[in-house]
Amino acid sequence: MRYLLYFILVFVAITAAVFGLVGLPGHLSRKPPLEVFPDMDRQAKLRPAQPNGFFANGLSSQLPPEGTVVRSAPVATAEGAVYAYQDVAFNTGRATGSTNFVETNPMTVDAAFLGRGRTQYDISCAPCHGALGDGNGITKKIGVMPAVANLHDQRLVEMTDGEIFNTITHGKGLMGAYGPMVAAEDRWAIVAYTRALQLSRLGMPEELSAEQRAALKK
Amino acid sequence: MIFPKWTNQIPFLLPIGLALVGGVVAAGVTLYCTPKNTRVGYQPVQPVPFSHAIHAGQLGMDCRYCHSTVEKSWMANIPSASTCMNCHSQVLKDDPRLALVRDSAATGKPIPWVQVHIVPDYVYFNHSVHVARGFSCVECHGRIDQMDEVRHAKSFSMSFCLDCHRNPAAAIRPPDKVTDLGWQWSTNAAESAALQAANGKKFVHDWRVESLQSCSACHR
Repeated sequence: MRYLLYFILVFVAITAAVFGLVGLPGHLSRKPPLEVFPDMDRQAKLRPAQPNGFFANGLSSQLPPEGTVVRSAPVATAEGAVYAYQDVAFNTGRATGSTNFVETNPMTVDAAFLGRGRTQYDISCAPCHGALGDGNGITKKIGVMPAVANLHDQRLVEMTDGEIFNTITHGKGLMGAYGPMVAAEDRWAIVAYTRALQLSRLGMPEELSAEQRAALKK
Repeated sequence: MIFPKWTNQIPFLLPIGLALVGGVVAAGVTLYCTPKNTRVGYQPVQPVPFSHAIHAGQLGMDCRYCHSTVEKSWMANIPSASTCMNCHSQVLKDDPRLALVRDSAATGKPIPWVQVHIVPDYVYFNHSVHVARGFSCVECHGRIDQMDEVRHAKSFSMSFCLDCHRNPAAAIRPPDKVTDLGWQWSTNAAESAALQAANGKKFVHDWRVESLQSCSACHR
């Protein structure tokens, strides 16, 4: 029985030493996880945003060659289906064949579209312009971005839908371009939702029913 | 006498020793040689000290401001430097910690971010289908909004995927709450669990969540 005791003591000591060395499971590690079959885990194929020596610039994600035409599925607008390469208001914010901004949204604006606009506005616009569009987003609150447009300014209320779309797409002044991050359809949804935000502050008492006006007076 | 007397003890001692060694080795392998240990806790040093805790947590920015393709693509993109510069052209605009970002925005040379969450090349995971059906980022990535440096929080083992695919009702939530990582049905834990149980089954049925378990759902 003495041998068993010795054995257990030595075994416990080794276990404790190994445990002390490797630490608790799931502890912080700066080194990438070990892969047992790396040739199967990491196959010789292109993955996005990975380095790749095949191309001169060393990137796996290549930009399409210049002049490439997007042949994606058409988007259903109020004026019919359009493709991303067409010179139409949906893509440019301008009337076809001119530099004039279109007055109104080329999309069919309904509750679902406005809802989409709200989601996209809250994601991409609210950080600076604020959830209410008054320019009091988080960047103003922490005092890092002093000049943010108030979307309720008369200038912006009177601006055409096409020009707002153009500003979102290409940016303006200190504001960056959101065209690369937000799809055209979603940018139009944001324009529609911006209109809804503006309208929320332009309501007149006359537009209310008698009951609602009475409730206001209380 | 060929064998010394102590050898008589071998039939009693050997099973005890083997059971002891076998048990500890099995426990060690389960705890340490599975993704629960090999993957969980991985926290590489990133080239730019970007803090999700500040941006997504404190400032309350939506995940999709930067990871804008997550709803449309199988892949959730890493934002380009121009996305950072939407704010950082004004905020901390001369900070040395952002030198690499400014450089990348100016030259187009990518920032060498280190990928933390990565599945093997024979696994085809699609972000957009999961997000569209109300499976939150938090289910796989943990509380990113509380991490200064991103840490691998879940195991990403095959059983980790299958646990959810076998019972999606336990994780499904309203799709508009997907990027709200701390969201719960209720502040009361018991009530929250009850609402999850009640709504989870309904969501899975109403939205026809298939959560396939066939091999070819993920492996092609």
